[in-house]
Amino acid sequence: MMRTSETVYKYLRPNKKFPHVWCPGCGIGIVMGALVRAIDKKGLSKDDIVLVSGIGCSGRMSTYLDFNTLHTTHGRALAFAAGIKLARPELTVIVVMGDGDATAIGGNHLIHACRRNIDITALIINNNIYGMTGGQYSPTTPMDKKASTAQYGNIEKPFDICKLVEACGASFVARGTTYRANMLDPLIEKAISRRGFSVVEAMAQCPVQYGRRNIQGGPVDMLQWYRDHAVPVAAFKEIPPGEAGERFPIGVMVDLDEPGYIDRYKEIIKKAGGEV
Amino acid sequence: MKKRNDVLLQGNEACALGALAAGMRFYAGYPITPSTEIAELLSIELPKVGGIFIQMEDEIASIAAIIGASLAGAKSMTATSGPGFSLMQENLGFAAMAEVPCVVVNVMRGGPSTGMPTRASQGDVMQSRWGTHGDHPAIVLSPGSVLECYTLTVHAFNLSEKYRTPVIVLMDGIMGHMSENIKIPEKLEIINRPKPTVPPIWYRPYDDIPGGEIVPLVPFGEGYRYHVTGLVHDALGFPTLVPDEVNACLKKIIYKIKNNLHDIIRIEKYLLDDADICIVAYGSVARSAREAVNMARQEGIKAGMLRPITLWPFPRFNLEDIGRKVKVFVVPEMNYGQVYGEVLKACHKKVVRVTRVDGELITPDEIMKKIKEVTI
Repeated sequence: MMRTSETVYKYLRPNKKFPHVWCPGCGIGIVMGALVRAIDKKGLSKDDIVLVSGIGCSGRMSTYLDFNTLHTTHGRALAFAAGIKLARPELTVIVVMGDGDATAIGGNHLIHACRRNIDITALIINNNIYGMTGGQYSPTTPMDKKASTAQYGNIEKPFDICKLVEACGASFVARGTTYRANMLDPLIEKAISRRGFSVVEAMAQCPVQYGRRNIQGGPVDMLQWYRDHAVPVAAFKEIPPGEAGERFPIGVMVDLDEPGYIDRYKEIIKKAGGEV
Repeated sequence: MKKRNDVLLQGNEACALGALAAGMRFYAGYPITPSTEIAELLSIELPKVGGIFIQMEDEIASIAAIIGASLAGAKSMTATSGPGFSLMQENLGFAAMAEVPCVVVNVMRGGPSTGMPTRASQGDVMQSRWGTHGDHPAIVLSPGSVLECYTLTVHAFNLSEKYRTPVIVLMDGIMGHMSENIKIPEKLEIINRPKPTVPPIWYRPYDDIPGGEIVPLVPFGEGYRYHVTGLVHDALGFPTLVPDEVNACLKKIIYKIKNNLHDIIRIEKYLLDDADICIVAYGSVARSAREAVNMARQEGIKAGMLRPITLWPFPRFNLEDIGRKVKVFVVPEMNYGQVYGEVLKACHKKVVRVTRVDGELITPDEIMKKIKEVTI
């Protein structure tokens, strides 16, 4: 395995003025590390990767990584990415989104990207809150938790992102946490390798906007919470119904490896008499 | 048998064929009356030439997809009407800010809101200029015949590639749905995206080059790794809040248009040389205006017409010139006076308007009536 400093020099942009915008203890950097290691392991050329991001804390990742990078409008990253992938299918297109970005303002694009099974890898970093704007509740904020716009507790039912994208037709679905960072690497690597639309949900702590408000302690306590509540898929299935509590499954949920949109579109070109 | 190359085409069809002739190979759109024929025809024609047609989940996604495709090197387009055009505004600003070429066709229908889907209007003139937030450049073209639906779509792609900016083709419902027999031009100038002249290490995608030269946009995947964002950015494309860099970024996107008005602005003058009355009309209304000029001339009234083919940037200097010679301007349009206000700003002469917002076309008689009123 490549030494960390070498990875940093190879994949982070030397001409971008650091430090980054992420708060101390934020989980997004851990996910970025996993993404970079996964790409490195796959041996992809930096020139062939397009990293598209939305708006929010996670959206800033595209600024720091040395790929072809596109920082789009809020929620629309997947739609921009669809255009790139269809116009130049030989490129590997990876989309980084936050939970609010992907499932609130971008929810429509997410479900349709799944349905089309468009050949893109979506990395959804779920910290259960809108971090950059100051801790407002998101579609994945659990019930009764507090946010700057839910001071009396959240009364909206949260999305289970993995179940949502599975139901919409994504052909690869997986979940990991920042506590098990080394498990995230192979999940992301697998997602990039698969045809069709792949989703990896990375649970990442936001100690400043979420943890503090919900008395979860500091970053270490939040990571320990992931350690205690994330259960591998197989073991999670053994838990009797209704007894899971706050525990959630991690690992690969769906792995169909079906032909994606690009393959089907090539058939259309043939039918129309065009050249692929 | 004599070879005929003239065909009966609808404005929307001509627009779609023009786009293909310009080299458009990526279309993303969402169904909306009265623009849908553009999407329908392209869904048949694009796969034949190996191009991509995709029907997205909404207009927001449609314009996002064409911006993405353009960044990957494809000439790309979407078409819509008022409500869809409203949804596109945020990403239209993104394309202007990130300097990504693309073409957006808006076949105007009656508004506001859902308005009158099957009736024509010219109510989006101001939205096409100021619809997206912040100060931004805008190039908007207004075809006045089916042939122009074809040629101006080609021209829109040329301007878009040349100036690295989104270009809007603003048709009205009548233009989109009327049919005419046209001769498809065999040779039209096609501007393709220039190649970079520097190696990747020297490439500064948003450099402000003295003299106004525009840096070529290199497609993703060709070894020039750079950053694209809707945030205010420096010459390399990275977000910045340094006031000098902010000024440079915004000034550049505005002045690349302002410094090239002579190249961008197209107008048509009709019988203006000796005219006392100038009608300013565009789109389908210009056809009625032309007839009104003919009627006036028959009655000995010296009327002429100025037709802005480029609506934005507005041909203000041409109007100033004409304003020195004519006594009165008459502005007929299918809204409550959106171009009328611009004419008023451009010249210190009497300006009157003929407006209609009921979905019906303004007739030559109505314009003639106004001409007579102002001549007395």
